[in-house]
Amino acid sequence: MGCNHCEEFSRSHLMRRAVAEAGSGLPSIEPGMPPPAGTGLNRRSFMLRSSAAILSVYGASKLSFAGFEEGIAQAAGGNDRVLVSIFLDGGVDSLSVLSPTADPIYRSMRPTLALAEGAGTPFAEDPSLRWNPAAASFDALHRAGKMSVLPGVGYDSPDQSHFTSRHYWEVGALRPNEVTGWMGRLIDTIGTQDNPLQGLSLDGSLSPALATGSLPVAAISGPSYDLWAKNVWGQPEELMYGAVGELGRAAARTKDAGMKTAGGAAAQAMALKAQLQPFSGEEIVPPVPYPEGEGEWFGESLSALAAMLHAGLPIRCAALSAPGGFDTHDNQAESFDTDIRVATESIAAFQADLEARGLGDRVITLVWSEFGRRPEENDSGTDHGAGGSAFVLGTQVRGQMIGEFPGLAQLDADDNLRATSDFRGLYCSIIEQWFGVDAAAVIPDAGAFGRAALIG
Amino acid sequence: MADVPVYRGKFGEREAARLLWRAGFGPKPGEAAKLARRFNLNGAVHALTRPKGKQRLGGPAPVDGDGLPLAPFDAYGHDQLWWLDRMVRTNQPLRERMALIWHDWFATADVNSQRFSIEQAQLFERRWMGPFDKLLLDVTVNPAMLVWLSGIDNQRRAPNENYARELMELFTLGASDAKGFPYSEDDVREQARALTGWTADYQDDVGLVNFRLDPKRHDTTPKTIFGQTGAFDWTDSCRLCVKHSAHKTFFIEKLWSYFIPVPPSPKTRKALEQLYVKRGYAVRPVVEAILMHPAFYRGPVMVKPPIVYIAGLLRARRRGIESDWSWMADMAGQRLFRPPNVSGWNDARWLDTSTFRGRWTAANEVAGYDAIDDEASYNATETPKAAVRKAVKFWGNPPLSRQTIKTLERYAGAVGAAATADWQQDTFRLLRQNALRMLVATCPEMQAS
Repeated sequence: MGCNHCEEFSRSHLMRRAVAEAGSGLPSIEPGMPPPAGTGLNRRSFMLRSSAAILSVYGASKLSFAGFEEGIAQAAGGNDRVLVSIFLDGGVDSLSVLSPTADPIYRSMRPTLALAEGAGTPFAEDPSLRWNPAAASFDALHRAGKMSVLPGVGYDSPDQSHFTSRHYWEVGALRPNEVTGWMGRLIDTIGTQDNPLQGLSLDGSLSPALATGSLPVAAISGPSYDLWAKNVWGQPEELMYGAVGELGRAAARTKDAGMKTAGGAAAQAMALKAQLQPFSGEEIVPPVPYPEGEGEWFGESLSALAAMLHAGLPIRCAALSAPGGFDTHDNQAESFDTDIRVATESIAAFQADLEARGLGDRVITLVWSEFGRRPEENDSGTDHGAGGSAFVLGTQVRGQMIGEFPGLAQLDADDNLRATSDFRGLYCSIIEQWFGVDAAAVIPDAGAFGRAALIG
Repeated sequence: MADVPVYRGKFGEREAARLLWRAGFGPKPGEAAKLARRFNLNGAVHALTRPKGKQRLGGPAPVDGDGLPLAPFDAYGHDQLWWLDRMVRTNQPLRERMALIWHDWFATADVNSQRFSIEQAQLFERRWMGPFDKLLLDVTVNPAMLVWLSGIDNQRRAPNENYARELMELFTLGASDAKGFPYSEDDVREQARALTGWTADYQDDVGLVNFRLDPKRHDTTPKTIFGQTGAFDWTDSCRLCVKHSAHKTFFIEKLWSYFIPVPPSPKTRKALEQLYVKRGYAVRPVVEAILMHPAFYRGPVMVKPPIVYIAGLLRARRRGIESDWSWMADMAGQRLFRPPNVSGWNDARWLDTSTFRGRWTAANEVAGYDAIDDEASYNATETPKAAVRKAVKFWGNPPLSRQTIKTLERYAGAVGAAATADWQQDTFRLLRQNALRMLVATCPEMQAS
């Protein structure tokens, strides 16, 4: 390791080097997938395979066991509490989720985008705000006492770069160079050496928020993993895949970082192929309907997650992104309602699914975005802002407002919404009240942030 | 002015192959050896950076998966095929590679018009060697960019910050720190005002037309940007970014990262910065210096971007576009005109189990064009060595390590040993040849250069 920083050099890292290296702490995907399971296939591993076929393990070399199956089987699971993190990418316009429709300042700042006065339903705890009808399913969850709402969440001296602000939320600190994610450090605290499923990304590649310091985590994407080669079959074919793995492992053993990457991918791909071969992707039939049409893959991911939890897979933190782009600089009216509807209705269906499966009391879901948007519209859209909204839902959640709507009369120095709660305080509350762990082990300066009464 | 170090080692076939991969889309059969034979390092680099005459496309014209001619502006995915075809058939590969670099640098995704996407790529081809200040001006008012980052929605009465922010953060200066360097939030707003005024008309059945600067929409009042005050417009906006003290370092480090996977030493970086500024933001001398730098030839390999890998397979086989590559490129992790966001593709994550499967699928497509029919007759006594030689030759004899060759020969031997029945003697050797071609095309040494 003559030149530590050399190995990390890439354009993606470079772009963030000045301020924030989002995701630079991600461990590499490593070869080290377990051998194919024998005959002792249990229901848990079946669920994993049928619902979420492509599994990548990060930090696999740290796995202390010989076989992944055994690790899964032995890992604690079944009764542990779970956090699901859902990211709304691009900076959600919080004023279009909960709108102060009667506020004349709002009406003047949003001449084209304002929710019509009297439209939507009042927010129970602050009736000056009204739910966008497209987010009605969140209203229902809040009324049922299952969703806490943070109508002005953010941090001091907010950064309006997507990439920097998202990085801060992912690492749980205003630390440009932090490389582990906040959920990753939580897993380092509550997890085990032999359970990569404890931190599970459902977007195919590892979420930076799940990047751990020491323990293995995993990423999945579906739906199947088949390879073929034209006019190659029988023993020559079987031996061929063996040779792909052999070539990969040899390259992964070299000192060259690029060869390691290329070799690791090939070797792991072959291990994965071997593991998945005996299984055809059997469909998951969720106990409740999920929204169909545009963005339905999001509901499918969530229903797969519910099924995996139901099967007792030892997941502690899971992360995924909602469909749609919330970076609505222009023509916001054309995309926002559709996107927020798909996101909120899918999430509500997931909650109903969990409850129908008897998992309601074990799971909470955090919904967040990197920032809110500028109150004053720019004609057809809104620019990057500061204070935004976040939501925490689950049957164990108190279902109350955390912080308050900051109002439009007094904005911050950049004419953005002020933050009335700090996302790091929210993280501390989750860590302490849901996982029963001292937040100081996970969030830097944990003592500096107020806690919300979140659970119970 | 300090000199940029120059590679003084051997310039043989291996080095030429690396040059052709990183500064293009890989060699056609025999091309690397020929380049090394004909030129020294200087000549080889100049052959790429200073091509003579107009760009020509050689070989068969592209068709889609149904064998039909391309309709790049109209048929779904044909915009991507249009560009991939140029990468494969061009006699000026660095021009297309630089265009691909600018596509990642000024990452523009779906703008609901394949024509705009293609016209932006054509701009990148035309301005492949900058100068960067001119390229930046052209990109700023390019229709695809004006749509993508809300330029046509940015007007005096309602400034839109979308382009202003990314212009500085992603295109010219780098992310800002807590102290407001290289730019502050005020700079974002003032830049947005300077950039106001661009507009277009919407025409039914055509879309956006008549992109222009409308003086009525432009904010003519003074702006203060990076501490300077003036009645700035969009050209000033670009100029101020390029003249900013942070720009030269950002530019050199970013451009370098497309060619060499380890950062430049501070000394090299400074020398390149001086070269860049002294030559008036010209790109060619900087690219030439990078392509001749010792780190280019002595340093570690780089994973090939997926689209470069695919174009390279086709070049190695002298095949043109005859498949619907869009979905395969997507599986491999790089659909042209669809970068994941405005910061471009994540080059630290080109290869994982998912994208490996995409590359395998692409290799199988190309190998499949000429796969040996499994009912044909085949040499029942072909040796493992001969089989491997034949498979490597199939891909134009890329330089492979001894270890890789040995592994391939071991595989070939194992298949030979598995052929016990009479009928298997030739059939297994036939299947083995098809398999060896896949093993060569997908081996780690072929994924990186």
